[in-house]
Amino acid sequence: MTTVAARATDLVKTYGKGHAQVRALDGVSIDILGGEFTAVMGPSGSGKSTLMHCMAALDVPSSGRVTIGDTDLSELDDKALTIMRREKLGFVFQAFNLVPTLTAEENILLPLSIAGRKPDREWYDRVIDAVGLADRLTHRPNEMSGGQQQRVACARALVSRPEIVFADEPTGNLDSTSGAEVLSFLRRSVDEFCQTIVMVTHDPVAASHTDRVVFLADGRVVSELREPTAETVLERMSSIQRRMGA
Amino acid sequence: MRIVTWRNLVARKVRLLLSAFAIVLGIAFLSGSLVFTDTIGRSFDRIAYGTVTDVAVRPATEDGDAIAMGINRDARSIPAEYVDRIAELPEVDKVEGVVNSTGLFVIKRDNRLLGGTGAPTIAYNAGSDDPVPNAAGEQIIDWKAGEVPREEGEIALDARSADLAGYAVGDTVRLAMPSDPPVLEARLVGTFEFSAGGLAGATLVVFDDASAQRYFLDGEDAFNVIQIDGVEGLSQREVADAVAEVIPEGTEAVTGDEVAQESKDLFDQLLGFLNTFLLVFAAIALVVGTFLIVNTFSILVAQRSRELALLRALGASRRQIGRSVLIEACVVGLVGSTVGLGLGFGLALLLKVLFSNVGLDLSGTALVFQPRTVVVSYVVGVLVTMLAAWVPARRAGRVPPIAAMRDEVAMPESSLRWRLALALLFGLAGAGAMAAGLWLDVPRPVIWVGLGIFGVLMAVALGSPLIAAPVLAVFGVLYRAVFGAVGLLAAQNARRNPRRTAATASALMIGLALVTTMSILGASINKSIDAGVDREFSADFLIQNVSNQPFSPKIAEAVAEVPGVAQTSPSQLLVFDLDGAQTFASAIEVDSFQEIFTLDYVAGESPSGDDEIAVSESTSERLGVGAGDRVELGFPGADLDVTVSGVYADSNVVGQAVVPMSMVPRAGIKRGDTTLAVNVEPDRGTRTVRAALERAVGDNPTIVVQDKQAFAEAQRAQVDTLLYLIYALLGLAIVIAVLGIVNTLALSVIERTREIGLLRAVGLTRPQLRRMVRLESVAIAVLGAVLGIGAGLLFGVTLQRSFADDGLTDLAVPAASLAIFVVLAAVVGVLAAVLPARRAARLDVLEAIAGE
Repeated sequence: MTTVAARATDLVKTYGKGHAQVRALDGVSIDILGGEFTAVMGPSGSGKSTLMHCMAALDVPSSGRVTIGDTDLSELDDKALTIMRREKLGFVFQAFNLVPTLTAEENILLPLSIAGRKPDREWYDRVIDAVGLADRLTHRPNEMSGGQQQRVACARALVSRPEIVFADEPTGNLDSTSGAEVLSFLRRSVDEFCQTIVMVTHDPVAASHTDRVVFLADGRVVSELREPTAETVLERMSSIQRRMGA
Repeated sequence: MRIVTWRNLVARKVRLLLSAFAIVLGIAFLSGSLVFTDTIGRSFDRIAYGTVTDVAVRPATEDGDAIAMGINRDARSIPAEYVDRIAELPEVDKVEGVVNSTGLFVIKRDNRLLGGTGAPTIAYNAGSDDPVPNAAGEQIIDWKAGEVPREEGEIALDARSADLAGYAVGDTVRLAMPSDPPVLEARLVGTFEFSAGGLAGATLVVFDDASAQRYFLDGEDAFNVIQIDGVEGLSQREVADAVAEVIPEGTEAVTGDEVAQESKDLFDQLLGFLNTFLLVFAAIALVVGTFLIVNTFSILVAQRSRELALLRALGASRRQIGRSVLIEACVVGLVGSTVGLGLGFGLALLLKVLFSNVGLDLSGTALVFQPRTVVVSYVVGVLVTMLAAWVPARRAGRVPPIAAMRDEVAMPESSLRWRLALALLFGLAGAGAMAAGLWLDVPRPVIWVGLGIFGVLMAVALGSPLIAAPVLAVFGVLYRAVFGAVGLLAAQNARRNPRRTAATASALMIGLALVTTMSILGASINKSIDAGVDREFSADFLIQNVSNQPFSPKIAEAVAEVPGVAQTSPSQLLVFDLDGAQTFASAIEVDSFQEIFTLDYVAGESPSGDDEIAVSESTSERLGVGAGDRVELGFPGADLDVTVSGVYADSNVVGQAVVPMSMVPRAGIKRGDTTLAVNVEPDRGTRTVRAALERAVGDNPTIVVQDKQAFAEAQRAQVDTLLYLIYALLGLAIVIAVLGIVNTLALSVIERTREIGLLRAVGLTRPQLRRMVRLESVAIAVLGAVLGIGAGLLFGVTLQRSFADDGLTDLAVPAASLAIFVVLAAVVGVLAAVLPARRAARLDVLEAIAGE
């Protein structure tokens, strides 16, 4: 339970040059513990999405190191990064990001089919059962509600049994009911399957489903909270904002 | 991954089909050409193999005279006594003496010539009642109606020709003859068919034996060929060897297989030209189609970039993404090739009908679908599509995975720098090659110029994103002034993705560059003809055969008797090998020729003796012979050693060389005038003399009297016919280019759905929206036209300059035609925009803004 699933060390990410240079990440160090549901929070522009992109091998930091398990991402080329994403990482995006021409089932199995792997039937059935989509598998994305689509996306992230699932504002486009469904599914996957999940969000309610909340502001880790509730998260956020404003 | 590829194909089938259409047209042309030429080949093969006998005896012929035989009529024959001698051989079963000749025509009921300048009309003698079968043992001719002509004044025709000319058995048929009388009237006593199937449009006329010998062998009891059927069980070779023992010197006994192979080789050579001609246009269509495919796939990849990024984020490698796009291209290529093959079959049918109208009738032969046609079509179709999709596929692989998280996705555009560097390289190389071809002393300058044209065309296509900028800027100013905000939006849309606009315009550019080049060449050829005729047509009238067949020298005699005629000068076209190089020469009567024409001798003088020849300047340079050199002239039946008496400046009045008329019989060629020049006494009205000349020529419609103007018009008409044919074929490339514009616009509209919704939401009306799309389309089309005409002008002028020494002396730029091309391009732009504009206008505003 206490293994480090991913670690960021002194991450710096800058955009642009000279006076126009923006430091989206300004020396972030963070450990993601295995089997934990971690939320990354912060106001707009705090660098929370950039942090996740760098940790998820989608973006390359300007300096600093990211390790997934024992692997240092900076030592990997494009091909190795691709295999890393394929074998060890799962993604849930804000805008569902399903392939519109594929059915729900085909979308869920897509990462496996890309990797040329056969699905583990038992695991697959458990995931489908957990997301509660057994009767929707033959539907196309445009025949499903937003919540259903996002649950398909979650199932897709889990089906390849990744070491870490990265979720980028997974409830951002959903109403509160659908959002709650998605979050409870993510929670269950941590509790029942021991899945490690990192979720970027700005919603205190969403954050309250997690084990640990890391707060970012101006590209730095400014605070951390364990066993959060919506109230404690909100309180911490407003105190951060007050400090920033001062 | 495969399933993603497949679903994409199905989901975007309409768009992919549009781009497949370019392949469809190109492959249709390719396969149609192959099927059609194979069909002609099959038809000719059947004629070649169906008509040969076991062994034939004929005047000895050297190889390589195939084309010459069509112009030079062999005067040699084999005395009839040899038929009997051969018949006595134990190896021989049947023997038949054959008279054959070309140069005659059946005059139809409506007084026009049957066949015209298409397939030939061939005369035969009737032969015995027990004819020699072909090598396969079948009768060569199958009598349908009536009987075999046996008496003077009787003829038989092949059934199809009799039908076409409107004659039935018992009717009186008129024939235009190459000998005397110029027009022969004879009774049609029988019709027959060819056992081997169709005659490919040829007309056969059968005379009784004596008449055939009188008309075509000057009344000698002789034959052109002796056909032999060997005794059962002997090989052709054995029979031929036996026959060779008894035949006279100067003749040869050849086996049927050899004769058939010779005919086949000749046909193949002619078919090769036709095939190459058609395949060039198939290639142009495919090149233009390539631009369309590159564009379609680029746009499809751009539209899918977010999905591609998602696949990358989910662990698909660059190679997997690229491969999936290539597999899509492969399927598009397969589908396009399949449809193209079907269409090609239809095209071949159409060509069959078209060619039967000009005299090449293939109704006796079914279309030939060789496995090679299918294989070539699929290989070319799939390869071209996949090559065209290569760059977009590579770009698809480079989509960064993080793009899956962004709202607006910009495709990774490789910088234009490489492309422009390549364009510069092509441009410089092309310009260099052109300049070398024009001004430097290089071998085969036309090939240099041709390579230069290719280089410049590539440079313009590659550099078009850059070249397009100023043209589109002009559109921006114009549109804004005339159409206000809508115009501005349209112009900006056209400039938004310069590559795409440029690639779309490039397809049209290539087609129009070729059309412009051809129209400049055509106009220059016509102008050069006029100038040449003006300069050199010093006779008052020229009398010629419409199909360039020689006519009887008796006509020259009759014309000389016409009151008011001061001078006549006949000439005959000959073909021979001059030191091994095929040469078209004029045999002239030196004295009378000089009364009417002036050749400008740059060295030496006109040939005067029997063993002298003068050559044109370009021939002298080509073969490296000069005044005083000894050269060998190779004719089918004889080789003559002659001296070059002089070198004259190139002239349209005569061929590449001039020899005295006395050489013709010595070369074993039958006398017959190809052209008769006539000068009128100065105080006589040319109009009255003309009428008298026409009377003297007789009512033979193959022979025409032309003055300067009519002569020039006849020459121009030939050029124009060819030009229109080429225009029609290039039209195919233009059609593909227009499809390209439709496709690009349709895809742009889909791509900008959200933006269009926004514009509509802020108050752009539907007609305004349609106008916006239309204006963008016009900008693209006119851009293509301007680039194409610019390039075409360069090519046309360069080609004219490089052909200046070969008679293309004058440059003419058909400015009015070029202006019309630009206007047509604008119209094309408007038409191409109809469907995309309608689609854009129909978009539901709310849905468009909602996106996804």
